[in-house]
Amino acid sequence: MFNIERWQEIFETIRKNKLRTFLTGLSVASGIFILVILLGVGQGMQNGISQEFEGDASNSIWVWTRPTSVEYKGLNPGRFFSMTNEDFDFIHKTNEDAIEYESSRVRIWGAVITYKKESGNYRIEGVFPGFQFIENQSMVSGRFINQQDINEKGKIVAIGNKVKEALFKNDEDPIGKYIKLRGIPFKVVGVYKDKGGDREEEQVSVPATTAQQVFNRGQNINNLSYTLKPEKDFETAVAKSEEFVASITRYLKNKHVIAPTDERAIGIGNSLEQAKRFYNLIFMIKAFFWWVGVCTIIAGVVGVSNIMLIIVKERTKEIGIRKAIGALPSSIIGMILHEAIFVTAIAGFTGLIFGLVLLEIVGPMVKTDFISNPSVNFNIAITTVFILIIAGALAGFFPAWRAAKIKPIVALRDE
Amino acid sequence: MGSNSLHVLKGINFNVNEGELVAIMGSSGSGKSTLLNILGMLDEADSGSYFLDNIPIKNLNEKIAARYRNKFLGFIFQSFNLINYKNALDNVAMPLYYQGIKRKERTDKALHYLEKVGLADWATHLPNELSGGQKQRVAIARALASEPKVLLADEPTGALDTKTSYEVMELIQGINDEGKTILIVTHEEDIAHMTKRIVNLKDGLIIDDGIVEQVRAKSYV
Repeated sequence: MFNIERWQEIFETIRKNKLRTFLTGLSVASGIFILVILLGVGQGMQNGISQEFEGDASNSIWVWTRPTSVEYKGLNPGRFFSMTNEDFDFIHKTNEDAIEYESSRVRIWGAVITYKKESGNYRIEGVFPGFQFIENQSMVSGRFINQQDINEKGKIVAIGNKVKEALFKNDEDPIGKYIKLRGIPFKVVGVYKDKGGDREEEQVSVPATTAQQVFNRGQNINNLSYTLKPEKDFETAVAKSEEFVASITRYLKNKHVIAPTDERAIGIGNSLEQAKRFYNLIFMIKAFFWWVGVCTIIAGVVGVSNIMLIIVKERTKEIGIRKAIGALPSSIIGMILHEAIFVTAIAGFTGLIFGLVLLEIVGPMVKTDFISNPSVNFNIAITTVFILIIAGALAGFFPAWRAAKIKPIVALRDE
Repeated sequence: MGSNSLHVLKGINFNVNEGELVAIMGSSGSGKSTLLNILGMLDEADSGSYFLDNIPIKNLNEKIAARYRNKFLGFIFQSFNLINYKNALDNVAMPLYYQGIKRKERTDKALHYLEKVGLADWATHLPNELSGGQKQRVAIARALASEPKVLLADEPTGALDTKTSYEVMELIQGINDEGKTILIVTHEEDIAHMTKRIVNLKDGLIIDDGIVEQVRAKSYV
């Protein structure tokens, strides 16, 4: 390998056969180049979509109940059950470290709400202060329900923007006014809006404890909702949320005598699971890019093999001449392999560098939500180059080996 | 090549001493090229023995054959067989590369032999920039460069016109005068008579082997 004489011989051959060398190099370089670009874009898509989800506070978990579907401990399927304050408190106590915001929810579907002569039919939500953050509601004026309201079971209400528009005409300020919920007066303390749309604003929020008392719900609650504390990366966040969901499901099933196999009784909505599906999609896209990249490399290898075959064929006579004047078979094979490896290596690294430079230059200029900071794992790229070099060497070896075995007298006759 | 074997040489027994200039003659198919290929270790005889400089040449594997060819033999071909993309100097230097001689020494030596065949000025020219006669001279210089014991020439003048043929023969005679052993395969009477001994082959047998009066090529030029 480090024989200077051999190197000189190779360089001379390459210099005298520029087109041939260029074509071999081009197929190798373009293969690597395309692979690098594909991998880079794949990585960029992953980065982009990760950011979309990490930036959002959409790591919320919702729990609701449905009739049971499996007979268990003598209890018939189809049984209705309801979560209670006890459940909410227990989960609060056992998961204090993990929970960021929490709220139970007591829902009253359809209640006539009146203010003076205006009235309308709206939903009443009995909630906790954390609900504002879980639902991403922002205050237009006044305040949301606070812990004191919960403790005192205060008859106060925060109303959605649509409700305010319907009940308070002529831009009347609703703060401090009393409205009637099913005939019971509540003091308006705030107005909120919700990015979720009109439907989310056509409702009013009261303290969960007040709702249970005033609307005869006892200890029952309809929903539990949580957000978990942010984690340092997405994978951990997904793992933590799955763990949390599993733990509360286990608890609730045990508590309410529900068969462990009952998939229906407890409904769970985990927005991180949705995000995870996106991740799976990205994984598929990346796998596809890999597949295309690998095919490109295979095409490159086939190209190199072809060119090597043609080169050897073309040089049969030269090989005969060299043998006639005393070249050893090993030196013939060495010469052809050396050239093949040298050319593929140079071309491979050229393609690699071009690809990386392009990603470096164009990468930061890409401004879409779905691609961000496209980059390539350098080790993978280097490995690919070496695979191609080895493939080139193998592709060169067999024809070279055959050529070296040809009798010089036969090779010389080759015109 | 078919599966039928054909015995080309059917019993050849002859000796060449050092310093001889021998012509091997015969019509086509008489086995003269086969004989030369065996002598040149490009081919091997099915039976019989061959001694070159008292060394038995048998059971050759590719590696040993290559080494012997490089050390003992210089080839001159009808079609010159120069490497197209290498200039005259590099072509001549090639056997020296395979002897493992360093570049500097190779170039010096190659230039010396190019001078000897009168082509020192053409050293940097590619083969396709040379005339047929010049190409054959380069080939002769290449054959000489490895300082072989024997030069084997297969129809060296076959692709050349008469005048150029005589010029090449003059060169070969000159080399022979310096003591080099040379075997020439030819079917041209006039070329054969420029050697010192003519071996006539017919159907794989030597039918005539005799010393001749050498005609100096110079007298024609």
